[in-house]
This record gives sequence, structure tokens and C-alpha cells, in this order.
Amino acid sequence: MLELKMNVLGFPLLSLMIFLPVAGAFLLLFIRNGAAARWTALAFSIAELGLCLPLLLNFDSSIPHMQFGESFSWIAAWNINYRIGVDGISILFVALTTLLTVISIMVSWTAIQDRVREFMVALLFLEAAIVGVFVSLDLFLFYIFWEAMLIPMYLLIGVWGGPNRLYAAVKFFLYTLVGSVLMLIAIIAVYFAAGHTFDVLAIMNYKFDRAFQMVAFAAFFAAFAVKVPMFPFHTWLPDAHVEAPTAGSIILAGILIKMGAYGFLRFSLPFFPDAAVAWTPAIMVLSVVAILYGAYMAFAQTDFKKLIAYSSVSHMGFVTLGIFALNLQGLEGGILQMLNHGVSTGALFLAVGVIYERTHTRLIADYGGIAARVPVYATFLLIITFSSIGLPSTNGFIGEFTILLGAFLHKKVYAVIASLGIILGAGYMLWLYQRVAFGKITNPHNEHLADMNLREVAAALPLVALVFIVGLYPNAAFGVMHTSVSNLIQQVNAKMQSAPAVAQALGTIIGK
Amino acid sequence: MPSLYQQFLQSIKPVLPEAIIVAFALLVLIFDFFVEKKRKNILGWFGFAGVLAAAYASYHLMGLNGQFFGETLQLDPFSTFFKFVFYIACGLGILLSINYLKVEDINRGEYYALMLLATSGMMLMASAADLIVLYLGLELMALSIYILAGIMRRDNRSNEAAIKYLVLGAFSSGIMLYGMSLLYGITGTTNLSLILAFLRAADLTNPVVFLAMTMLVVSFGFKVAAAPFHMWVPDVYEGAPTSVTAFMSAGPKVAGFAVFLRVFLYALEPLRAHSTVIIAGLAVLTMAVGNIMALSQTNIKRMLAYSSIAHAGYALVGLAAGGPDGAASVMLYVCIYALMNMGAFGVVIMLRKAGERGEEIADYAGLGKTNRTAAFLMLIFMFSLTGIPPLAGFVGKFYIFKSAIQAGLVWLAIVGVLFSAISAYFYLRVIMVMYMKEPADGIELSVSPSLALALAFSVTAVIVIGVYPTDLLNYARASIAGIL
Repeated sequence: MLELKMNVLGFPLLSLMIFLPVAGAFLLLFIRNGAAARWTALAFSIAELGLCLPLLLNFDSSIPHMQFGESFSWIAAWNINYRIGVDGISILFVALTTLLTVISIMVSWTAIQDRVREFMVALLFLEAAIVGVFVSLDLFLFYIFWEAMLIPMYLLIGVWGGPNRLYAAVKFFLYTLVGSVLMLIAIIAVYFAAGHTFDVLAIMNYKFDRAFQMVAFAAFFAAFAVKVPMFPFHTWLPDAHVEAPTAGSIILAGILIKMGAYGFLRFSLPFFPDAAVAWTPAIMVLSVVAILYGAYMAFAQTDFKKLIAYSSVSHMGFVTLGIFALNLQGLEGGILQMLNHGVSTGALFLAVGVIYERTHTRLIADYGGIAARVPVYATFLLIITFSSIGLPSTNGFIGEFTILLGAFLHKKVYAVIASLGIILGAGYMLWLYQRVAFGKITNPHNEHLADMNLREVAAALPLVALVFIVGLYPNAAFGVMHTSVSNLIQQVNAKMQSAPAVAQALGTIIGK
Repeated sequence: MPSLYQQFLQSIKPVLPEAIIVAFALLVLIFDFFVEKKRKNILGWFGFAGVLAAAYASYHLMGLNGQFFGETLQLDPFSTFFKFVFYIACGLGILLSINYLKVEDINRGEYYALMLLATSGMMLMASAADLIVLYLGLELMALSIYILAGIMRRDNRSNEAAIKYLVLGAFSSGIMLYGMSLLYGITGTTNLSLILAFLRAADLTNPVVFLAMTMLVVSFGFKVAAAPFHMWVPDVYEGAPTSVTAFMSAGPKVAGFAVFLRVFLYALEPLRAHSTVIIAGLAVLTMAVGNIMALSQTNIKRMLAYSSIAHAGYALVGLAAGGPDGAASVMLYVCIYALMNMGAFGVVIMLRKAGERGEEIADYAGLGKTNRTAAFLMLIFMFSLTGIPPLAGFVGKFYIFKSAIQAGLVWLAIVGVLFSAISAYFYLRVIMVMYMKEPADGIELSVSPSLALALAFSVTAVIVIGVYPTDLLNYARASIAGIL
């Protein structure tokens, strides 16, 4: 049974992590100068990243409980509390969020010239809301952050995006909103069913009856599946990615779409285990379809960013495949792959942003042979391509391997089909790299391409480092999450009401 | 033996706030003779002072509960809550008007007097313990607003608005009177508590009871602009001076919900099983019409008109839910709605300059560049109207849907949130035009201290209530506690 271990650091670390970016955003309101706004935003985001140090150092990964807890009464009449804490799963995403925000600000340094201050304000608000989503332990609070995040993201896409940004921004907003409001209804229903509480830990211990679970799971699924995005709810993603500015794409691909999968882990599985098992076949099939469909679509793209967007659909298919394998390997692989995808896709969008700033084209056909002109860039792109493919010694390999292991234990057929996706992934990514970097320079504009400058290298380095750290020493991540994930599985099994299903699920984990 | 004067003071005490408002209205009319045309603003500030004085009086009378004047007037926390909302609506309405009237060249003293009189009518509606007082208050409010809607005498749209509102309003008043007379015929009384007592004991199979109830639903539905009784709304909202539209979209609608709650959840409580069905159906239709029609509007006043219809639909969801929580959710909602909607109209007024209307949504192009403050305020109000946290609109909707689910109306809550998601499209369009389109040519705004004060108040309230709704929520719940 999970507990909320109160924060003993002497200062409210998690609250600080939520409100430091907000404070930065307010400070920015008084700064009119664009350059000063950049530096201020960078300073605040680095300070936020610095807060990860005490977070990670003081985190006890040997217990599954929620740590650094804070709890205050907020709206007493509805029994709503400001209750936050992190466990081995959410702490990783908080860290990833703070890192990618710093990188986003660095890549926007020269790319964003128009309304710099507002851009940075939106970015910092976005960071605060995302951190809030990952640390909330009260469903109402969670929903507030979950929805509040739409406002800055909508503005990032709509104001600083590409030519077709208006369509993409509205589509993104409406798709997400429709899913979210259904979840809101389910949240309220859960509140009444579980005895007038929004407390996530209390609800985890409450056993809902099966019929209720099936419906509530579906409503939560609507919100999370759109966010992930799972096939067939993915159509907003390519549009949003293509039109978003680089920083927006990095955050969108790196963190936002992880929130959906995180929702499955944090809420759907522990709240509604019976429904999760019952819905598993459908979700596994959708995941496999997403893997193949995303890869298939990626092959057909002529636009650099759109190709990466479809590859995200494919990769997130792996994530949901792992999570709903409902065993230790699958879950850990799924979580790791979420982090990996955040790193590698974030880096890929960074790569696109770097080159787009110089050439102002995203068409793959406009490139070719640039490896000779920009060797540093080409090397960076190659490493990230390998990571995305899942080459051994990179992070992608560990994630995909573990997921396939989990899927194999769950049902062999899913693993077999999903592994096709890896081959396809290698195909489109290598083909992409070949078309961009190798061959003769066909476009005269690329003759005098400038290589990555110091700022861009500095932004890229942490991601490259993470590719290898996780690739060579995956326990860095597994160690943090392991206790929490095992506890999650125990919890799901213990709560399951239909006994045969428990035995069977346990059997698949232990028996083989 | 107390002196006559003391007796007078003692007897007028329960209606002191109303008396203050009416007195100020009459004083405005008298002072109007002595104030020269270009200094009529001072009358506005004088009226505003009247609202503050009445609010102060209401605050002091908060402990005084009971029925007065031959049991026709009820003072209770419920009516006091609504009176405070009316003070906010009227106060903001006056602040929004002060500069705007000059721009429109309708700077006349009777404008403020009418606004105050309309407010006193609303206050009577909220306090009514008797159908006749309810009707009197409603007519006082309605007649004042008919005139206000047509106060731009030389503008065809304003004339059309006034005539349309008057004719349809009179028609709905007729229906209401018919319903009331039927109710009187059955129960033998116009007193709400006695009607409740009668219906509790009565055999409820009499079809005339339902006829009376239906007629009241229709006429109240007209006042809160519920579909299908909403036909007047877009034209009247568009044609009336924008400051009047702002006031009209908040005050009378809130007053309409006050009587809706008092009559349907209190006096006609024994008929709840039947009225819930009708009101739930009305809610669905109203949300559908408001949200879907708003999608295609190009004029911001018409868009906000349909949006106000949609918001009446959400409030009706709370009414259908009923019970203390349902009632409290409606009260919270209309209060928040009044704040954010009047704020949005405040920004619309800001764009109105002599010589250009600034009413098309396209006129907002590039506002995010040319005037950041105005655009940011509109952004907050639009997101709040959509119901995106952490703004007040979300808290309001949350409570409404929560009460609906609590009352077992899960389907109604689902319909509500889906329409609420649809509404995002047209609210976002305003934001999109402001922030994502290039400015056409230099827009100059007409900013004035009064307008700035009104906007600052509403935007602060929208954000503060959104982040920390506890106090307002507890106040709304406490206000309904003694009644239901």
C-alpha cells in the first residue's frame, strides 16, 4: 500500500519546482528587452534543472512510496487538497521535463525573434504545468495542470508556428480537450464512488465494481489515448509537430505525449485493474497497428518533421505495448522507452530545428550530401538516428528489447509483429539519414552551410550523453523505477477481483 | 413610544438597499437637469456610489432574516447572495458605460437612472416571497432594460433591438401571468411558502398544475435566454449599446436564475420529478443551440450573445440537478459568469471608437501585437468562458457537472462537457485572430479610468476565484443551506 512520505528537506522542493517557472514567467512580464528575456528564462530553467539534484540525491529508490510529499487543504468543501509527491516513475519524468525545457530555450535563442518575452513566458508556464501533472496526487489538482498546459502549448503552436499553424493549433486543442472533458466526468464519478475523495493514493486502494471500472477506464482512456497518441486518435500529432516551433516540438514529443502513457500507469492501471485486463487485447492490437502504421506512414513522408512525427506514433505504440503487457519487463521497458523517446525524438527535433534555421526548408529532398559540409551536425544526427532505431549500446535498444520481452511473455504474436516495426524503423530512419547526409550536394544552397555552433552543441550534448548512459548502463533508470513498478504490479494483482485472471496474469509473469 | 421617524426607519430597514438604489436613481434624474452635457460622467460615478452604498447596507443587513411587508418580501442569505451579484453586475455595467456613452453620444442622465431601477427590480425578484412581488420586480427590470436597449435613438439596430425585446418580453410576461393565475386558481394563494405547503398536501395528478408549471418554465426560460425561447437574444444583444448588452447579459439572466431557483426548487419542489425532465431537456437544447450557432458568427457581440445562451444551458444543468448542491452550483456559476462575461464585453467596449464599430471579430486582428494588455485580458476571459483551469469558468462548470453527476444525471453532464469542448472552437477563434493574425491597421483603443477599473476588477476576480474558489464556494453553499 502506497503512502505519502512527507517532505523532510526543510524546504518545499516539489512546490518550488512547480512555482519557480511561474515566478520566472511573472518576472519576465517586467522585462521588455528580448535578449534579457532569453537570459532570464534560461536562468530560471537552469535553476529548475538544478533543483533536480536534491530531488534525485535525496530520493530513496528502495521504497515504493511517494516521497517529498506536501499536502494542504485547498477546497475543503469538495475535499480537494493540494497534495503532491513523486515515486520512482514520476521522478524520471520530472527530471526529463526540466532538462528538455532548458534545451528548448537554448534552441529558441535565435530562432525566435518575434515576441521573445511572450514565448519564454509560455514556455515557463508550460514547464510548471507539466511538472505539476507529474507530481499531483490529487485528481482535481492533476486535472487543473493537465488542462492548464493546453493554454501555453496552444499559443506556442499558434503564434510561433509554421504557415499552417492556425489549423494545427486548433486541432491540437480540440482533440485534447474532448478527450480530457470525458476524463473529467470520470474523475467526478470516481470521486463519488470512492467516498468523496480525489486523493489518488486512497482511490488506488478502493475497489470499484467491475461495470463501473469498464466505463471509467474508457473515459480515462479517451483522454490518455488522444495524448499518447494511440492509433486512431493520432491525427492531430503530425499537424501539431510540423507547425510547432522547434521548442514546441521538443516539448510536445519529449514530454507532453508521455503524459498520456503516464496517465495509464498512474491512474488507469491501479484504479481499474479489472477493466485494464479486459481492455488489454484491444489496446495491444491498437498498439501493434500504431507501430506498423506509424512506420508505414513515415516511409511516405517528404517532410523532415512529419517523418519524425509519424515515427513518434510508431514508437509510442511500443510504449503502450509494453505497458499493457502488464508484466514487469513490459512496464519497465515501456517507461524506459518513454524516456528514450523523449531524449531521441527531442534530439531529432532539435536537429531539424538547427538545420531549418539555416535553410528554411523541411523538405528532405532539399538536402543531400551535407555530411561533408557540416560534419559535427552529421555526427550528431547519426547518433540520434541510431538511438531512434535502437542500435545496441544506445538507449533505444534497451527500451525496445525490454518491451518486446514483456510483450513476448504476454502473448508471442504481439512481439513478433511488433519486431517488424523495429525493422521498418531502421529502414525509414537510415533512408532518411542517407537522403539528408550522404550523396552529392544537389541543392546549391547547402554548399555554404554552417556547422553547429557552440550553443547548439551545448544543447545537444546532454541528449547525446543520455543516449549512451542509458544505453550502456540502463540500471541508472531501471534502478530508480524498479521498486515502484514492482509495487504497481503487486497492487494491480492484489486489487483484481476476478480470481482466474489474476492467476493467469501471475502465471505469465512467474511461470515463464 | 418610538417617534414616527423611528418607526419609518424600522419598517424600511428590510428594503433599505432597494430604497437606496431607487433614491439614487431618482437623484440622478434630478441632478441631470443641473449637469452640463459634457460632464454627465459625474452622474455615472454618482450612480456607482449608490451601488456601493446599497452593497454596504446589504452587508449590514446580512443578519436580518425573515418575511416582511405582509409576507411578500423575503430576506435570507439566498437573496443577499444574489443582491451582491447584482451590485457587481450593475457596478461593472456603470463603469463600462461611463466612457462608452460619450463615444456613442448617448451621454444622458436617465441612462444611469434606468440601470439603477433595473437593478432594484432584480433585487425585488431575488427577495420575492410572493408571485406578485416577483412579477413587479421582473417588470421593473424588464421595462428599464427595454428603454436602455433602444437608447441610441438614431441607430436602427438599437430601435430594432428595443422593439423586438419589448414585444417578445411582453408576450413572455403574459405567459408568466397566465401561469401564475392558474397556480393561484389551484392553490388559492400567491405566497410561495403557502404554495409549497399546498402542493405538498395536494393530489398532483391535476393537469392544470403542470400547465402552470410549464408556463412558468417558458417565461423564466425567456428571461434567462434558454432555447427555444432565445430568438430575441442575438438581435437584441447586437443592437443594444454594448454597455447595455454587457449589463443585460449578466443582470437579468442572473435574476432569472434567482427566481428559477426560488420557484422551482422551493415553491414547486413537490413537482420536481416533472420539472427536472423539462429543465434537463431545455438545458440540452440550450447548450446545443448556443454553442453550435456561435460557431459561425463573425460579429463578436452576436458570438457573445450565443455564448450567453450556451452558458444559460450550463446553469440549467445545475438547476436540473437540484438539491442544495445543484442550487449552490447555479449560484456560483452565475456569479462567475457575470464576472467573466462583463469582462469580455469590457474589452469589446474598449475597441469601440467614434467612427468605427470594432464589433467584427476580424477587427481584433493583431491586437496581441498592438495592445498587449487588452489582448491578454480578452485571452483570460475567453479561456475562462471555455472553462479551462486555472480560471474561474472552470470552477463554475466543474461544480455544475459535479452536482449533475451527484444527482444521477451523468448523461446530462456528458452532453454538457462535450458542448463545452465544442465551445472552445469559437472562443479560441477570438484568441487566434488577436495573436496569430497580422494587424490590419493601427487600432486605437478608447481606454478610460472607469473601464480600466472594471476590467481590473473582473480579471482579478476571474483569476483569484479560479485559483482559490473556497471562500466564494462556501458562501454560495451557506446561502442556500437554510432554504432547501
